[in-house]
Amino acid sequence: MAATQTLAEQLRAQGVSRRGFLKFCAATASLMALPPSLIPRIAEALEAARRPSVIWLSFQECTGCTESLTRSHAPTLEGLIFEAISLDYHHTLQAASGEAAEAARLQAMRDNAGAYLVVVDGSIPGPEANPGYSTVAGHSNHAILMETVEHAAAVIAVGTCAAFGGLPRAAPNPTGARAVMELVDDKPIVNISGCPPIPMAITGVLAHYLTFGRLPELDAYRRPLAFFGESIHDRCYRRPFYDQGLFAESFDDEGARQGWCLYRLGCKGPTTYNACATQRWNGATSWPIEAGHPCLGCSEPAFWDAGGFYQAVSVPPRVNAEALLGAGAAGAALGAGTALAARRFTRHEQQQREPVTVEALEKRL
Amino acid sequence: MNGAMEFLLWTKGPMFQIALGIFAVGMLARLFEILLLGRATNHAEARAGEWLPGLRTVFTRTIPDPGTFRRAPFDVLVGWIWHLGFIIVLLLSVPHVELVAGVFGVSWPTLPNPVIDLLTAITLAGLVAALLHRLLHPVKRRISIPQDYLVWALTFAVVLTGYLAYHRLVDPYPLALGMHILSAELLLICLPFTKLTHIFTTVFARWYNGAAFGRKGVRS
Ligand code: HEM
Ligand code: HEM
Ligand code: SF4
Ligand code: SF4
Repeated sequence: MAATQTLAEQLRAQGVSRRGFLKFCAATASLMALPPSLIPRIAEALEAARRPSVIWLSFQECTGCTESLTRSHAPTLEGLIFEAISLDYHHTLQAASGEAAEAARLQAMRDNAGAYLVVVDGSIPGPEANPGYSTVAGHSNHAILMETVEHAAAVIAVGTCAAFGGLPRAAPNPTGARAVMELVDDKPIVNISGCPPIPMAITGVLAHYLTFGRLPELDAYRRPLAFFGESIHDRCYRRPFYDQGLFAESFDDEGARQGWCLYRLGCKGPTTYNACATQRWNGATSWPIEAGHPCLGCSEPAFWDAGGFYQAVSVPPRVNAEALLGAGAAGAALGAGTALAARRFTRHEQQQREPVTVEALEKRL
Repeated sequence: MNGAMEFLLWTKGPMFQIALGIFAVGMLARLFEILLLGRATNHAEARAGEWLPGLRTVFTRTIPDPGTFRRAPFDVLVGWIWHLGFIIVLLLSVPHVELVAGVFGVSWPTLPNPVIDLLTAITLAGLVAALLHRLLHPVKRRISIPQDYLVWALTFAVVLTGYLAYHRLVDPYPLALGMHILSAELLLICLPFTKLTHIFTTVFARWYNGAAFGRKGVRS
């Protein structure tokens, strides 16, 4: 039933005005860096769009990504767009459970073969890992992922765990956690990284897909450029302090009170690509750096192993001091050895030396 | 995954360890060798002490005598300018002080970013001028060996990539910073085995010179 309703009908049924809807379209266009001339086209396409079937797979995750989306200040238009997709399987949110839930997934896959979207949150123990590390209904995460994406139109990896492996993959990666893009190589994949990701980035990608029938432009890590095209540092409102060299050096010094740059407190904004500085969080109330905390770099690969959260970008994650001392000692020994060998050789040569006198030479010649 | 971020983390992690290790082995080997070898025994009777003239020369040679300056003003001036810029940027900029603080736990005051940036630009210009002079001056050109150019390139690369990273002129930024850290590591690796060793040996060399002259009762 619901799957045959258009998005416009769905939104109207939920009491969204046309004006509000157009505002959403304009916001989406500007967010996705599309020209304003495309707004009517977006509105038209979205209104006519059938609710696409979405299968949401949750693997090794903390449910933070789902929380980020569903608690995003309901009822926003983004939230409604999200509700307007046909979420046919999401084992945290759906009412069905057990066999019935699995049956719903298989049904959706059959009915929408080649057209459904797969959203993944959480990392997956790779094929070489013990399949028992994470299972749903007795099946390994890896088996479910491979089975589900086989006839999918596209895969959206939501959150840093699905996009890059995230926290489960932190050294020493006990569960052999892998990212979706390492396991699936024959489907279009979008990574919407972040721990958690910005809700508007998820709905923006969905809206783009509904409008144009394809995925938006991506960066080298397959993240939508509209949200990940600029670094935190490049859009940070504290940047003028960085440029002047004014830094907070502890969380309660004068610099911190003055709102100076957090670079020396470990800010990873310079190396991090995400939209926090422009989108902000909790209905654009604030965001981490505005709250006085350095960016952790949560939307980047290996962010958990990329160095101390409170150490500057220039500091290496760990330096093996013992190995370094060992290397120094070995070098010293080597140098001393060569020098002493050379000295012994010189002494030896000196002992072999036969002093010659002029008389002796005369006699010999 | 093999993107810019993985490259940056490789330069900050494994490659940093390797570079520091090679530098530690190489530099200490060379220093111990040089110091323990000492000088050839001088059988002549000493006319004066060695220590004081040695130490004095360490300082006096640092400031070129008027004759040298008159003969090669360009080398002295430009050499001084970019060496100073290089050392100040290396020791007094925020990211580098944080690096030392993070690894060794000691820290000292820093210069503001705009000052560091200006010194960087001056250092870059100085290094380019030094290279041009080496290429255009007939005598310097003839006495230059390939290693002279290698050493110049290693030095220039670190400063240039630092400048590119600070101004975010390479996209994505992790690639720029990774290139900067990698070029610093290449400099560190080559340091003990090329003329770059002068960073540590110039001081001893000057002491030996002064001491040898002092022993003979000659001013140097
Ligand atoms: C990290 C530090 C240093 C680096 C990377 C470095 C690098 C270099 C390079 C590349 C040259 C050749 C310049 C050219 O091609 O024209 C040079 C020359 C020279 N360096 Fe250094 N150097 C350093 C530190 C020092 C120190 C500490 C001293 C003295 C105590 C010193 C004394 C000299 C002298 C006397 C010359 C020859 C004259 C000149 O070109 O200025 N350097 N150095
Ligand atoms: C011989 C060694 C090095 C030299 C001469 C050097 C030089 C520089 C220079 C010239 C800059 C740019 C300053 C400006 O334009 O304002 C810079 C920035 C920087 N350097 Fe180095 N550097 C060295 C080693 C390192 C190492 C080993 C690391 C880290 C492991 C490092 C981390 C950084 C960082 C994080 C920046 C800041 C870039 C930014 O602000 O975006 N440097 N360095
Ligand atoms: S607080 Fe962080 S992101 Fe903002 S200017 Fe400073 S280093 Fe850059
Ligand atoms: S400010 Fe940085 S760490 Fe915080 S949510 Fe944004 S990208 Fe992640």
